[in-house]
Amino acid sequence: MLNHIWAWMIILSIFIAGVNDVYHELNRPATQKTEVKTEQRNLNKETKLGQVTSAAIEAANTSVKIAIGLIGVMALWLGVMRVAEKAGMIDIISRLVRPITKRLFPTIPSNHPAIGAMIMNIAANMLGLSNAATPLGLKAMEELDKLNPKKGEATDDMITFLVINTSAITLVPATAIAIRASMGSVNPQKIVIPSIIAATMATIVGLTTVKLIQYFHKKRGGKQNV
Amino acid sequence: MFKIVIDWLSILAIPVILLFFIGFGYFKKVKVYEEFVEGAKEGFNVGVTIIPYLVAMLVAIAMFRACGALEFLTNILGSVTSKIGIPGEVLPMAFMRPLSGSGSISVMTEIMKTYGVDSLYGFMASTMFGSTETTFYVVAVYFGAVNVRNTRYAIPAGLLADLAGLITAVYICRLMF
Repeated sequence: MLNHIWAWMIILSIFIAGVNDVYHELNRPATQKTEVKTEQRNLNKETKLGQVTSAAIEAANTSVKIAIGLIGVMALWLGVMRVAEKAGMIDIISRLVRPITKRLFPTIPSNHPAIGAMIMNIAANMLGLSNAATPLGLKAMEELDKLNPKKGEATDDMITFLVINTSAITLVPATAIAIRASMGSVNPQKIVIPSIIAATMATIVGLTTVKLIQYFHKKRGGKQNV
Repeated sequence: MFKIVIDWLSILAIPVILLFFIGFGYFKKVKVYEEFVEGAKEGFNVGVTIIPYLVAMLVAIAMFRACGALEFLTNILGSVTSKIGIPGEVLPMAFMRPLSGSGSISVMTEIMKTYGVDSLYGFMASTMFGSTETTFYVVAVYFGAVNVRNTRYAIPAGLLADLAGLITAVYICRLMF
């Protein structure tokens, strides 16, 4: 699926940018054509194709910065989680939330560390602690991957966890509130309740979709591939 | 009231967790320092592992954003969606939200600048921003960290959840405004 989306994003963006440029080049006012010589034009900035190219290069740079920036908090939380695991803390948390997670992740053994990491990730997300949420989420993925019989392919549990995450219910959408406040809103917090309702809706729809897909796969004879 | 409670919870959460986990480990005679370092070691690997996934995803998204396809889509779909109560003015937000976190911040700011923070469109845009996550980014980072290349139905399921969240946000804002 991602193969198709990825390929089409790149193909379409170059195609659309190209068409756009050709169109604008043909429709340039005649006066501009004579006045501004080609050498004087900054084609890199002026054309969509140039913009697409520089956006691609800039994004590649940003990706590395984001990844490197994650290392510190990642190390901190992985260290803390390791201590908690050794002390049996994760085990206790996992057992406490078992009644809920049993339904969502039926194939994960009840005292598996994946449960503890997932719950802590979801809790961190709810509180808007994104610095802690991502490392905990990645830790959870790592634990889920230990249960993965086919490495390199997502398991049902991983996707369920991911969908909970992408539709994450945040109790206080701090970024949006901060921006509203900075722009002089009379009531920046007005979005809290509607955001929670919308996010809950997203989570419900996401989980229903995932569970329906998993149900139909099982019915078709347990074949995992899509 | 709710806001104050949550604010305090978010401030207290990390110190309490650190105190509790490290303290609990210490009294259970875990070699806390040694185990911490052992776990933290992995941090570097995870960061490096996700680089190729992040580059692939963010480059494609950046190209798609730069080519002008989103404006084009918004123009075409705007008149259709406004008939069912989703104004074309907030459509850029709906397209940007799953693709890019920083992109959707700038779209949100732009909408609030143009129509006013406390206008219906500003209210909708910020609620839409607050109600979902950047699906493509989360997929790249989370699956990248464990080297999962075949994401199966994760993207469609994630996008469907986003769609539900975004539409709900628009209608709720209409009701509450």
